[in-house]
Amino acid sequence: MSIEVTAVRKTFGDFVAVDGVTFAVRDGSLTALLGPSGSGKSTLLRLIAGLEAPDAGRVVIGGADRTDTPARNRDVGFVFQHYAPFKHMTVRDNVGFGLRIRKVPRDRIRARVAELLELVHLEGYADRYPSQLSGGQRQRMALARALAVEPRVLLLDEPFGALDATVRKELRAWLRRLHDEVHVTTIFVTHDQEEAMEVAEQIVVMNEGRIEQIGTPRDVYERPASEFVMGFVGPVTRVGDAAVRPHDLDVRTTPAAGAVEAMIERVVHLGFEVRLELVTGDGLPISAQITRQAAEELELRNGQIVYVRPNRLLRAVA
Amino acid sequence: MSSSTLPSRAPGGSKLVLRMGALGYLGLILLGPVGLVFYRTFEHGLAAAWNSVTTPDAQHAFWLTVELVAISVPLNTIFGIAAATAIVRHRFPGRRLFDSLLDLPFAVSPVVVGLAIVLVYGRKGWFGTWLADHGIQVIFSVPGMVLATIFVSLPFVVREVIPVLREIGTEQEEAATTLGASPFTTFRRITLPAIRWGVVYGVVLTTARALGEFGAVSVVSGHVAGQTETLTLHVQDRFEAFDLTGAYAASVVLALLAIATLASMTLLRRRGAPA
Repeated sequence: MSIEVTAVRKTFGDFVAVDGVTFAVRDGSLTALLGPSGSGKSTLLRLIAGLEAPDAGRVVIGGADRTDTPARNRDVGFVFQHYAPFKHMTVRDNVGFGLRIRKVPRDRIRARVAELLELVHLEGYADRYPSQLSGGQRQRMALARALAVEPRVLLLDEPFGALDATVRKELRAWLRRLHDEVHVTTIFVTHDQEEAMEVAEQIVVMNEGRIEQIGTPRDVYERPASEFVMGFVGPVTRVGDAAVRPHDLDVRTTPAAGAVEAMIERVVHLGFEVRLELVTGDGLPISAQITRQAAEELELRNGQIVYVRPNRLLRAVA
Repeated sequence: MSSSTLPSRAPGGSKLVLRMGALGYLGLILLGPVGLVFYRTFEHGLAAAWNSVTTPDAQHAFWLTVELVAISVPLNTIFGIAAATAIVRHRFPGRRLFDSLLDLPFAVSPVVVGLAIVLVYGRKGWFGTWLADHGIQVIFSVPGMVLATIFVSLPFVVREVIPVLREIGTEQEEAATTLGASPFTTFRRITLPAIRWGVVYGVVLTTARALGEFGAVSVVSGHVAGQTETLTLHVQDRFEAFDLTGAYAASVVLALLAIATLASMTLLRRRGAPA
């Protein structure tokens, strides 16, 4: 189902958490709400789920205005940051909870739970308690639990936030595949731009309760709408007045038109790439990233004078 | 002097002293007197003790005590869970005041509680005339004793449940809500199982307090043997009548009731699923 959020505002006392936000996601899409902590992205997700009531604005899901519908009637699957497992229930009872309270017959619940546990790769864990699962397993259990009731939209609050780096990477790819399989409209909240880029089709960048930009991962990276987006979605370095991504700099040992003279302070080897920490004659730092091959061909070393020129400028569009 | 032996021996020694001290204290304060009560009860044989606890007055006192517990514990449990939920999960004006008022039964002497009940419901009290006109007698009768028992055992369930509710947070309840659960279903299937040990412990404490209440019940009861005498009042009555075996035997019955309460909690805990 599509989701349309119109002029939604939410305050907690004096704090404006969401300040007049409008955006839409189409049916079957996978969207990331990206922003720093306190940007209002989690509150926005909770407003869509009905876990918070907006002070103003409308929430429309699948063409029907759901602003005044209680959370339990919204048919929204919600996965909490810390998964909120029902600690006193087994994995099977956790996943079957939504079906059980809908009075679905026992044998159908069993079949559906088995199907879901297979989907999230927890086949052998049905009789365990949440405390006997790892973080990643708990997360997948929470996902299966949310999917059990066949929600019209799936909302995930920092789905990978509490996991270690390796599990995180695995689950990202898995969520992406799962979405291709299940096709349910999905919005997830993250503060990690790399995660948003890798998983989402559309990114909504938020800051201080407002939307800074809505676009594809490529859009927000290459054509950021504001200084904030520019800095938040990737590294930025300044050459004179121009803002540029460090890997969009040409580095050469001979002067050229439009190139700025700088001295290499440090060469940092990052495996496939090499980062150069440069300083201009005015004492301004520049950070450049080039391939290892290019660095070897130029025979770069500390203290050397180089000439850098942006080959693709970033410009705040607004 | 080797520096390695001395520090390792010193804590061992002090640990032993500490342990003996704690056990000795417990023995002096608790085990000794209680043991003595048991000893005195059966001093003149099992038959004498049995006869003392099966007199009509003693039997009546036993059943009246059970009745007071059976009424006040469920009421205080329901009230306690509701009050704890209100304090932890809701924001309403006067919440802090309400929270502090709940501790009043801890702070006020039970005798004062008894007097207060007499002042409100007694013949010359606020509702006295109205109650008398409708043929309801509260003071010197069971309703007053129920009121007194409820009052003095009010805070236990609330105080046990509040920290547990705080600790479990709201996420599980919210998850149940998004899965389609009504507030009642959420409470019954998620909240209640999560706080069950707090509730059980609160119930045990409430029961123990209701069993042992003396002061407040004493003031409102009027001490009519066979009518308004609970086990604690019966103990006093026998003691003052120089029937020491009767007093000790009734005390043992009280102690056994308390032990049964504790034992049932332990049993429940053993059977509980891993939390």
